[in-house]
Amino acid sequence: MTVTDTGGLITTEMVDLHLEAPDKDSATRHLAEMLVAAGRITDLEGFLADVRAREAQMPTGLEGGIGIPHCRSEHVTVPTVGFGLSPSGVDYGAADGPADLIFLIAAPAGADSDHLKILAALARRLVRQEFKDNLRAATDPAAAAHYIRTEVTP
Amino acid sequence: MKFVAVTSCPTGIAHTYMAAESLEQAATAAGHEIVVETQGAGGSEPLDTSVIAEADAVIFANDVEVVAKERFAGKPLVTSGVKGAINNGPALIAQAEEAVKNAPVGAAVPAAAAAAAAGADTGPRLATKVSEGDSWGTKLRQWLMTGVSYLIPFVAAGGLLIALGFALNTIAQGDQGYLVTDQADAFRAGLAEGEVLFSATSLADWATLAFVIGQAAFGLIVPVLAGFIAFAMADRPGIAPGFVAGVVAGLVGAGFLGGIIGGLLAGGFVMWLKRVKLPFAFAGVWTVVVIPLVGSLVVGGLMILVLGQPIAALQEGLTNWLESLSGGSIILLGVILGLMMAFDMGGPVNKVAYFFGVASLTTSLEQGTEVGLQIMAAVMAAGMTPPLALALASTLRPNLFTPSEQQNGKPAWLLGASFITEGAIPFAASDPLRVIPSIMAGSALTGGLVMAFGSTLQAPHGGIFVVPFIGDPWLYLLAILAGMVLSAVLVIAAKSTKKAEHQLHDAEVGAGIPATV
Repeated sequence: MTVTDTGGLITTEMVDLHLEAPDKDSATRHLAEMLVAAGRITDLEGFLADVRAREAQMPTGLEGGIGIPHCRSEHVTVPTVGFGLSPSGVDYGAADGPADLIFLIAAPAGADSDHLKILAALARRLVRQEFKDNLRAATDPAAAAHYIRTEVTP
Repeated sequence: MKFVAVTSCPTGIAHTYMAAESLEQAATAAGHEIVVETQGAGGSEPLDTSVIAEADAVIFANDVEVVAKERFAGKPLVTSGVKGAINNGPALIAQAEEAVKNAPVGAAVPAAAAAAAAGADTGPRLATKVSEGDSWGTKLRQWLMTGVSYLIPFVAAGGLLIALGFALNTIAQGDQGYLVTDQADAFRAGLAEGEVLFSATSLADWATLAFVIGQAAFGLIVPVLAGFIAFAMADRPGIAPGFVAGVVAGLVGAGFLGGIIGGLLAGGFVMWLKRVKLPFAFAGVWTVVVIPLVGSLVVGGLMILVLGQPIAALQEGLTNWLESLSGGSIILLGVILGLMMAFDMGGPVNKVAYFFGVASLTTSLEQGTEVGLQIMAAVMAAGMTPPLALALASTLRPNLFTPSEQQNGKPAWLLGASFITEGAIPFAASDPLRVIPSIMAGSALTGGLVMAFGSTLQAPHGGIFVVPFIGDPWLYLLAILAGMVLSAVLVIAAKSTKKAEHQLHDAEVGAGIPATV
């Protein structure tokens, strides 16, 4: 199967199934660099500043091993998610410990609501156990990206 | 059970939807029905009013303020942050179940009915969703009262600061010194040059400071009125065109009247714009950009090019008419306003009189005249006497009142002193034919006396607590006292004849119908 990874919420190059990072800042930076390489983010430092501003309001770690650093930023071109699986875990401030599933959700600042529906659909999947289980079992980045794209339909 | 929920978070792209999903899962798992409104960036489908009406309880999972909360009035409510809903949806659903079980009987009234009932009597409620069944007259009143309710804090701040400026300046300089208005002009000229002409040890400077800030608050009055009239009609998209229409009304000298008309125009035009059916992709741009832009341009243009001069002329005519009132005619106006204030104790007639008072007050403060301040003074005094009179009557002759009315007598003192005419309602509801004419007579006397004494009030509300700001406070209190005593005597007399009749016929004992509070 040839999935042309030119569009959509996530592509193969935005997945890292072996994310190793000492803290959430470097984990977020690593994921953001992948989005920069994929052309989804125009200014890495500007984007990271926006994410930190959001993170400062309230940590984005959630119970059950999930971290969802996110923001609306003018440095984002299209709604995009970067996915990292971190077997050793990264602390995103959740009460019950570090996160192994990390989603960097990037929304363009000026996007209208229709555009952002895809991210709303993604957020809804993040609280479904089956979705989380399947991603934890992922071994192939292309398959993981394909799974997220097909699961997440607004 | 049936639940409705609203979720919202700061960024509006992730937690809002996760919380919605989590609540839906938890509710379904527990065998309930739930409909969630996601107030996020990715579109929000407002809950259908019928869905809200049928819901047994409401859940708010929000980190930013829920929009249009008033739709849920009267429902059992459970609240949490979004994270609480995501991490533990089942616990929140269980709390909602508890809330339904513990809710007082009758609390789960349909929200629309509750909002309509509340909206009909208490103007200050956000009348963004004027219920469909209401007549246009009722809607118009709700729109205007919404505007006025947002206006009042500005009038209070502005009016009292201006009054404080005058008072402090008189203390500092006596009657022969510089006028605070001239000092304020000089102060503002200094600010424009980057100089703050202020010395903390000079009382006159403090007077000027209070005066200048008061005038700044006053500058917002007409825009706030117009903006929130439009808001009441067309919800948030109405705000920008409404405020712009209000500022433009000021530019063309159309004043308070221009603010009302501009606000209504803006609200009506945006209501119409909102009805345009668009492909969903354009909906966001339409609300955020097109409606404010087109609404402001069209309504602002209309105000400047077409309506501005006629409204300004009308406003001037109204002001001149107010100015021309004196002697007998202004006393008659005070009597009529008094009758209106007492007639329905916070209902539509009372609100019309109050609205007239606030409109006159702001017009007078803007133009530096006195008559509007007198009208406001009469309206407030006449609105204070009904609860005070009934409190007095029930204290003097408790045996003429039912036990529950006697209970209401104590808070009525405070309600009356605070200018909350509604304090008389429990008494009037149980015995309207004896109570209402009595309190109308007293309020009419008070209104007429205030006008005769020439008392002036610079605040739109506040009751006894703003009496220090009243010109001739002692005469003002005397006017209130006179109306209060007259009403109390009339109520006691009316109730005594009733009691005599009862004894004659040996029928019911006491005051008959129990008070409905």
